[in-house]
Amino acid sequence: MMTTVQTNEPQRIHPYKFTLWVGMGSIVMMFAGLTSAYVVKKNQSSWLEFDLPRVFWFSTIVILLSSVTIHLAAKAFKARDMGRYRTLITVTAALGVVFMLMQTWGFFELDARNIALVGPKSNSAASFLFVITSLHMLHVLGGVIALLVIFARAHSVKVKSYSSMPIQLTATYWHFVDILWIYLFIFYNWIG
Amino acid sequence: MSNEAVLHAHSDAAAHDAQGGHHHEHHHHETFISKYVFSQDHKMIAKQFLITGMFWAVLGGLMSVLFRLQLGYPDTTFPWLEDILGKWAKGGHISPEAYYALVTTHGTVLVFFVLTAGLSGTFANFLIPLQIGARDMASPFMNMLSYWFFFAASIVMLSSIFVETGPFSGGWTAYPPLSALGDASPGSKTGMDLWLISMALFVVSQLLAGLNYISTVLNMRTKGMSMTRLPLTVWALFFTAILGVLSFPVLFSGFILLIFDRNFGTSFYLSDIFISGVGALPNEGGSAILYQHLFWFLGHPEVYIILLPAMGMASEILSVNSRKPIFGYMAMVGSMFAIAVLAFLVWAHHMFVTGLNPFLGSVFVLLTLLIAVPSAIKVFNWLTTLWRGNIRFTPGMMFAIGFVSLFISGGLTGIWVGNSALDIHLHDTYFVIAHFHIVMGVASMFGMFAGIYHWFPKMYGRYLNNSMAYIHFWVTLAGAYLIFWPMHYEGLAGMPRRYYDYSIWESFKQFAELNRFISTVAIIVFAVQLLFLFNFFYSVFKGRKVTVQNPWSANTLEWTTPIRPGHGNWAGEIPEVHRWAYDYGKDGKEFIPQTTPVGADESHH
Repeated sequence: MMTTVQTNEPQRIHPYKFTLWVGMGSIVMMFAGLTSAYVVKKNQSSWLEFDLPRVFWFSTIVILLSSVTIHLAAKAFKARDMGRYRTLITVTAALGVVFMLMQTWGFFELDARNIALVGPKSNSAASFLFVITSLHMLHVLGGVIALLVIFARAHSVKVKSYSSMPIQLTATYWHFVDILWIYLFIFYNWIG
Repeated sequence: MSNEAVLHAHSDAAAHDAQGGHHHEHHHHETFISKYVFSQDHKMIAKQFLITGMFWAVLGGLMSVLFRLQLGYPDTTFPWLEDILGKWAKGGHISPEAYYALVTTHGTVLVFFVLTAGLSGTFANFLIPLQIGARDMASPFMNMLSYWFFFAASIVMLSSIFVETGPFSGGWTAYPPLSALGDASPGSKTGMDLWLISMALFVVSQLLAGLNYISTVLNMRTKGMSMTRLPLTVWALFFTAILGVLSFPVLFSGFILLIFDRNFGTSFYLSDIFISGVGALPNEGGSAILYQHLFWFLGHPEVYIILLPAMGMASEILSVNSRKPIFGYMAMVGSMFAIAVLAFLVWAHHMFVTGLNPFLGSVFVLLTLLIAVPSAIKVFNWLTTLWRGNIRFTPGMMFAIGFVSLFISGGLTGIWVGNSALDIHLHDTYFVIAHFHIVMGVASMFGMFAGIYHWFPKMYGRYLNNSMAYIHFWVTLAGAYLIFWPMHYEGLAGMPRRYYDYSIWESFKQFAELNRFISTVAIIVFAVQLLFLFNFFYSVFKGRKVTVQNPWSANTLEWTTPIRPGHGNWAGEIPEVHRWAYDYGKDGKEFIPQTTPVGADESHH
């Protein structure tokens, strides 16, 4: 691990990017902790088996789509096609919001099926799903806020920004929360 | 951003002088707020961590004095206790609730606020940029945030001491159900809420700090500073940061589930247990052991988060003051790597008596005892570094040697408690108290003191007073052994920890005198720490001034900066590194700084 960064070449990874990667590693550890707790708990008594909300399938498609749009946005920025760039990050942020709404809808769907997420009647199977999914939503929300910040910058008339670092960082993070959700989705359905 | 300036300085040597001048001038325009409060200078942030850590050390130490009074003098009343503690010490006698609150807060504060934030917060901030040759951290802003999150955590924790129901009192590990049920004890109410908020803020602080340390060490090293030329302090702080970044999030996830159990009625940890006065809980199927797994997955790496910085600083100080290269540099790095990996694989040795599968237990015994190997390598290397050296007994050196002594004494008992069969008898006794206080608590405090005495001239441009330092050292070392050594005997006799009063137990009445002795020594040792504090603050303002750039004749880069370095550390160009940090007594030269190019006639190292 360390030997790869030993070289003193001028083309080293930017410290901000590197910090983001380490930060994502620590987020991975948090979700690894939660999903392993899920596995431990599942193997103990009184675990409620239930089907995932149907809407999670659609939200998965939405977040995958948003990864495509942010990728295209980063490409558009590099090509200095600012109009296209602005549209694409707006679409990405909107897809992020739609994703969060769909997840919330999923919680209501469970509630309608009489599966309590919290409270004294709840089973920890449903509570786990709620806590882990909500935490992931908070991370998506962080990405949406980052998008709003660079969106404001893209519309600023005073300052012209040529550094692609912000959009690159946001795109990396956005792909990360996307992959994180794919992991959680696979975990809920087939592993956990 | 100043980070861009840092990067710029790295790549563009030609622009250096102009930039250095700019740096220097910039500093005269700093306001009090930007220089001392919301500073982004890693050296100032280090001092903020140090002073805050000292505040907590005094408070946490004082708490231990108070509960030692109860343990040593269970039948005596101290009217002045009621004056300072009010209803918590009615009639001059610490109440059981107050006793548990004191023990819990002492543990939380010492482990997290003093020995994590105070130790690695101080020295990682101070030493990483200075020793790798960087103008500041990768992100000075995040670094500042890290301190202020710690500060906020401190305020919340401090406020919990003053709420009506008292601070949390269920032990520093905060096991449910005591931590999950408000009805369990007075401290489990508001006190626990504040404890959780404070710890959540603390985790954020540590993550921000750790990200920064890792990215700084890997990306901001000066020209020629390859990883294998890094001083061992930086290696140790680097591994510490990796441990923190990987283990604190897991603790955080444990806390999130705890918050849901406390406030939203979920059943992660709580089951249908029966509470007197409340009845059976409505919860179903929760597992308190689940919390223990999540907690100790952080909790064990946390031990090394505390210990590794002390190890790194002791290595550096022992080598500098023995005037000899560190023995087995690569073995030191390798053993720290091994410790960092093993730290994640041994957490269940804290849980041998929770009904853990004995087969699984034996795997954890094996992995735990494996830690003895890298630890023994390190001890061997420290001793061989001292062997036949021209030892200078500076206060820093004394504390570094004291660290080695304590690490050996406490490490050996680790082999006892790491054994699941012996642990059945020793678990939750004073033997465990003795073990972890010596090997992790006092040893790391010694590492911290060694670091403070050694780098004080760099931090403040003045020296600490040596006479006071020697008194501080000898009393603390003797006191540490006198306090904790007898506890091994108490623990072997089966005396459980966390009890309020042992004098009413037939089996442990015999230890009344011994307990009184331990408490007396604890008070003396605490008083000597106040002497150290006096020495520290007196010397910051009135200490003997440092007049030479490199007072210890050391090789590392921090001693090539001006005596009182400004923000940016080096006035001109960042020096280039040509060799490792440990060329002491080589080719008849007493020391060769890292910045000296390798001569043609030099023997190979």
